[in-house]
Amino acid sequence: MTGISKRFPGVVANDGVSFEAAPGEVHALLGENGAGKTTLSNILTGLYRPDEGEIELYGESVRFQSPRDALDAGICMVHQHFRLVEPFSVAENVVLGDHRGEGRRFVLRTSATEQRVDELSQRYGLAVNPKAKIWQLSIGEQQRVEILKALYRDARILILDEPTAVLTPQEAEMLFVTLRSMFDEGKTVIFISHKLHEVKAVADRVTVLRGGRTVATVDAGPSTPRSLAALMVGREVDIHRGRMRESAPGEEIVLAVEGVTVPDDRGGNALRDVSLEIRSGEILGVAGVAGNGQRELAEAISGMRAHSTGTVRVGGDRLRPGDPRAAIAARVAHVQEDRLGTGLAPSLSIARNTAFKTYRSPPASRGPFLMLRNMAAAARSLISTYDVKAPGPETPARNLSGGNLQKLVLGREFQGDPRVLVVAQPTRGLDVGAIESVHAYIGGAADRGVAVLLISEDLEEILGLADRVIVLYEGSVAGEVDATSATVAELGFLMAGGKSE
Amino acid sequence: MKLERRLTQPRWLPIAVPVGSLVVAFAIMGVILVLTGRSAWETYWKIVEAGFTGNGALSATLISATPILFTGLAAAAAFRMQLFNIGAEGQLYLGAIGASWIALQLGDRDVTSTPVFVVAMCVAAAVLGAFWALIPGVLRAFARTNEIITSLMLNYVAGLLLTYLIFDSASYWRDTSTLQARSFPQGKPIPEASNWPTFGSSVIVPLGFLIGILAALGLWVLYSRMRFGFEVGVMADSPRAARYAGMRTRRKILAVMALSGAIAGIGGASQIGDFTYTLDGSPTGLQAAAFGYTGIVVAALARYNPVAVCLVAVLIGGLLNAGYTLQGPDFPSGLVGVMQGIILFCALGGELLLRYRLRITRLWPNKPVVEAPS
Repeated sequence: MTGISKRFPGVVANDGVSFEAAPGEVHALLGENGAGKTTLSNILTGLYRPDEGEIELYGESVRFQSPRDALDAGICMVHQHFRLVEPFSVAENVVLGDHRGEGRRFVLRTSATEQRVDELSQRYGLAVNPKAKIWQLSIGEQQRVEILKALYRDARILILDEPTAVLTPQEAEMLFVTLRSMFDEGKTVIFISHKLHEVKAVADRVTVLRGGRTVATVDAGPSTPRSLAALMVGREVDIHRGRMRESAPGEEIVLAVEGVTVPDDRGGNALRDVSLEIRSGEILGVAGVAGNGQRELAEAISGMRAHSTGTVRVGGDRLRPGDPRAAIAARVAHVQEDRLGTGLAPSLSIARNTAFKTYRSPPASRGPFLMLRNMAAAARSLISTYDVKAPGPETPARNLSGGNLQKLVLGREFQGDPRVLVVAQPTRGLDVGAIESVHAYIGGAADRGVAVLLISEDLEEILGLADRVIVLYEGSVAGEVDATSATVAELGFLMAGGKSE
Repeated sequence: MKLERRLTQPRWLPIAVPVGSLVVAFAIMGVILVLTGRSAWETYWKIVEAGFTGNGALSATLISATPILFTGLAAAAAFRMQLFNIGAEGQLYLGAIGASWIALQLGDRDVTSTPVFVVAMCVAAAVLGAFWALIPGVLRAFARTNEIITSLMLNYVAGLLLTYLIFDSASYWRDTSTLQARSFPQGKPIPEASNWPTFGSSVIVPLGFLIGILAALGLWVLYSRMRFGFEVGVMADSPRAARYAGMRTRRKILAVMALSGAIAGIGGASQIGDFTYTLDGSPTGLQAAAFGYTGIVVAALARYNPVAVCLVAVLIGGLLNAGYTLQGPDFPSGLVGVMQGIILFCALGGELLLRYRLRITRLWPNKPVVEAPS
């Protein structure tokens, strides 16, 4: 790709970007949120047409009129948010939209597709049952289906947009093994990420983007996370994380969870008899392997999910189970794990998304009327305070990039003057610069006396920020440790089901 | 030819597409007219004249536009929340039943003040319309049934109820005062004082049309300037996000369905008070007009914008009205139907082009896919 430029109203997403990738290469595109990585890959897959610049494939200049042209040329993309039909089976999803061979038939021969999917999944180590329905699969498995889709279509160039953002470290490791077997066959993998250690682990070469421009293309081998980070943000950053704050929790118990049991979606209990207390100004870290009840704990506190037994108290007052508005009234802020699906209404403007929890009272509304000007002003202040890259408060939320949406949600929740702050995976999907400021906000909230429940899979983040850490294992508290003295190894032992004494 | 999803919408597009759709519709219709041995131009002039410019045409158009203005608003109000209330038809019947009942009752009690009649008829119609819409509303909110099916089915129930009241029973609504009325069933006429006033001299504007315009403005304020509309917008876009923001989804479903039904009901009151002055139970009367279904088309063409509903209702009203004038010995009514159908078809089809772009590609893909060097 040479000299690619793409402008959107109010934003130049790509400004003369160039890079090249060879067959059998894993080429990483590295950059902060809003650096233009996703726009560039959308151009490469024919979703957008570039305003300027040229794309050459195997030496021939091509112009994609639509995603179909790009598919025909063997370019497939695995999006950050999967494009799968939930009620369909794996095999049906794989054949969906395939207009050669099997997908062209009037009557689908499911068994043939299933067999082919099976072959591919064995060859590339992508274990997944071709008969399973998508909604039954974990996120990691769904991603394998997306990759299988690409392989089924004989993709020669595979683009992965932030593939590890939704994976556990173990799943990510398996993904890397698959990617290696793909480039051994001469396929090209374009790996979009902002995680330095991953890029270093998997890529051959790295093209760094910043502010829509190419900064440099470097070999991954000799570069270090520190040198890549410097290229990415344009300055030296301290990526070594130690203890990030001095803790001084207050006396008052702000959040008390007593013997709470929470049902899951499948008729069992996701959380069993969990009790915890957080004092004002205290950060309680929650560690655990994904799916051990962290999400349900957060949802029970914020009222998104009703608990069947036990109580949740904020400042001594009992919250009504399963009533988000009661939690909002008690000033419980909740940054969801699934920010885009649950935290935002994508078609509505940034101003309206900003007012999600404040629209019931002045200044956002007066009586039954909305004060649109005040709402816009609040949105503008959020955009500037939290450095959201957006043309203005009237832009629909869906036009923002993933990282900027995240800043929007985080900013909204931090701004609401909370007493309790429940944050799940606050820095997942964020770039180095933004991570620093999010950590500063969380630490700052605690300094102001907010009781913080920090759920994260990033153990260094938890150990750096929290005062105490509890570990959830299969819905129960497996143990509690002091964050100032605990080690990653200790937490890992508890997360794997070990018992602390 | 391929359809591709548009990623961006040029600013001129929302205006160009409906205008273009109309041009295409008239072009297709022109071919049909010429094939059947008529002059296309002449016919089109007749339509414009009969629908809008002719003597008294606009007054007649407003009569056709009034009921579909109400049902269009009713559909728009519900569809904005992704609540597909197809039941404006039945809710309008119930409104008509309620309005005629209260008018007859007040007449029996010797009320003579027209404003009292108008207010009472609107209130009674709104209450019954809202009640009829709340049946699918409650089922949707508490039992998660599909409101499209339930509201549609209730239209037939409401239609049968209407017929029953006039034809199959000696109900309060039925006129049994004379022998003729006993053998040819018809509704009791409502008292003269309850006939709604009209305004204007050269163009006669029925009171119902003005009430409809007010309702449209009210809806616009409600949906774009008030907390109510904000919550509806969030729920339509992302129900999970609405729950997260602490919004009460069930209550809002009930409120929106009741609102939608009330508007359709007032449409029924206007039909009684403005035009028919009696409850028309015959299957060829109120029921044959299919105002409720036309209202869905009006709402769709206006893209659920209440202010645009007013304009579209007048346009469609003119078209319907021109249809009555056109048909005659040398112009079969079937051809009028074909014409109205083509215009609606093109207008709704054009909507597709707002979201997709059409690309003409070669018949055979001539460019072989580039081979990878091995």
